[in-house]
Amino acid sequence: MKTMKLIYPLALVLAVTLASTGCRSHKPVGITPIPGSQTGTPGDENGNGTLPPGNTMTPDNGANGTNSVIPVANADEFDNMTEDRAALAANTVHFAYDSAAVKSSEQSNLEAVTSALGSDANAKLLIEGYCDERGTEEYNRSLGERRALALREALAKLGVDPSRVRTISYGKDRPADPGHDESAWAKNRRGEFVLLHPKASS
Amino acid sequence: MKNYLKIYLPILFAVFAVSFACAQSGQDEIVITRPVDTFGQKPVPVSLDGFSGEVADVLRFDLYVQGFSFVTPDAAQYQISGGNSGNVTGSVNDKFARKIILSRSYTGASLRRQAHAFADDIVFAITGKKGIAQTKITFKAASENGNGEIYVADFDGHNAQAVTHDGTIVAAPAWLPGRLALFYTSYQPGNPDIFYHNLSTGRRSIVAGFSGLNTGAAVSPDGSKLAMILSKSGSPNVWVCNVDGSDLKRLTTGLEDSSPCWSPDGQWICFATKINERRALAKVPAGGGAIQRISTAGAPNPTEPDWSPDGKWIAFTCQFSGEFDICVMPAGGGTPTVLVAGQDPSWSSNSRTLVFNHAVGYRQVLSVLDVFTKQVKDIGRISGSDSQPAWAR
Repeated sequence: MKTMKLIYPLALVLAVTLASTGCRSHKPVGITPIPGSQTGTPGDENGNGTLPPGNTMTPDNGANGTNSVIPVANADEFDNMTEDRAALAANTVHFAYDSAAVKSSEQSNLEAVTSALGSDANAKLLIEGYCDERGTEEYNRSLGERRALALREALAKLGVDPSRVRTISYGKDRPADPGHDESAWAKNRRGEFVLLHPKASS
Repeated sequence: MKNYLKIYLPILFAVFAVSFACAQSGQDEIVITRPVDTFGQKPVPVSLDGFSGEVADVLRFDLYVQGFSFVTPDAAQYQISGGNSGNVTGSVNDKFARKIILSRSYTGASLRRQAHAFADDIVFAITGKKGIAQTKITFKAASENGNGEIYVADFDGHNAQAVTHDGTIVAAPAWLPGRLALFYTSYQPGNPDIFYHNLSTGRRSIVAGFSGLNTGAAVSPDGSKLAMILSKSGSPNVWVCNVDGSDLKRLTTGLEDSSPCWSPDGQWICFATKINERRALAKVPAGGGAIQRISTAGAPNPTEPDWSPDGKWIAFTCQFSGEFDICVMPAGGGTPTVLVAGQDPSWSSNSRTLVFNHAVGYRQVLSVLDVFTKQVKDIGRISGSDSQPAWAR
């Protein structure tokens, strides 16, 4: 017992001495256990077909929006449609850099799309908005959507019922030309039209 | 004697410098205002002895990207020494205060994790601030065809694991603060929809799957609200709702918004927008209200803002002529500072370090930047293009 009592003051003196002289060979004063081999493991998502239907948010038809643009179409009405990419492939519209303004020179393409929809009352339209690689990712995702929506608004002015038209933005993720110069960029700043037909069975 | 010289020499020098300044000001009133160079701070010189292999690599990486430089023991302000035979053991000797300020050993997990824990203890012992060595990030890794997956990894890129297996475009992952859970965008349903993904159970669900664009999820610091970009009203705008999806509300009405982020008090949402056809940053009260433009004069074409958790800074991407740069400016307004080339910055929990991506050729690589010393290092990459990192906090 007596020796134990002596050890504490001795250890203290020793510790202070070591600390003040900056001696490197000393015992650590604390031990930290590191729990587990991982702080978290992402669960595996074996995804296809396991997603719950619909979404957890209350549908809203944009009634609280104040912008003059047209609320998007109801996605459910575009289920069970087949994509015809060839029909309007020649009518792809191109945009100026960083712009979603539809150029007046694109009028003939818009008219071709309008007449295709006019000649088939069951057809609907998907407009895909794309950007060149200049600009950040999410910025381009919004710009691509705005381009697609601008084309939808332009078609509405030509008499197309906007509830027949849905949009998707691919941002800069799907370039038409993989190049990195102005000629490639000009081709990549575009809106593509995909004609949708009801599936034959339905 | 040697020690006395080290202490007295700087004092002697200071006395000399002051007398010199006084002599000058005797003739003419010279006011010396030395601007505080917030972003050009000198790293803290430390020495590192006794560690080897992976442990030495981890310590060097962790300390370098938190504002430390490595010098000889004689030149070091702090001497870090120890070893890693079996377990990591180490101590920090403060040479100015002439005392041991940290002495610990570590057990369990792996040497790599022990080394990260020691790095955090070193940072706390020296700076009094929590380190980032045991934190996580999420990011997207894309192949050349634009498709990719969401990943989570240690902050240094190690232990990366795929969260998604969608084989489609994915984007904009964000953490639920303090939880092992993500929100991200996936085109898997045939439309860009926002998913909630519980990383513990692996279960996920669509939280925003409206017609049009659903992207840019950002959870409020208290974990109660979700800000995001929806185009359901006809334009990509900022919307907010409770994380359970209730009380959905449109906050902006411009033509083209992106990348919402929260102020740390949860009162504001900062986002990228277009004003008069030009890119700009703006903020809007999280409960709704008037939009206020945030000037970024000197840093053109701002996008991708991220508000620091301490509330002091907004980091963002600016674009001068083609190239992207990481910028930081005072959140209350002020002049932006261009730090390094790169895009999409995300703050660490201690508001000192940013993770971002930058171009190497035509691919993107993740990097970690100590904002105040501008010390920067690339982190381990998955494959293809790694981008849109978000730091767990």
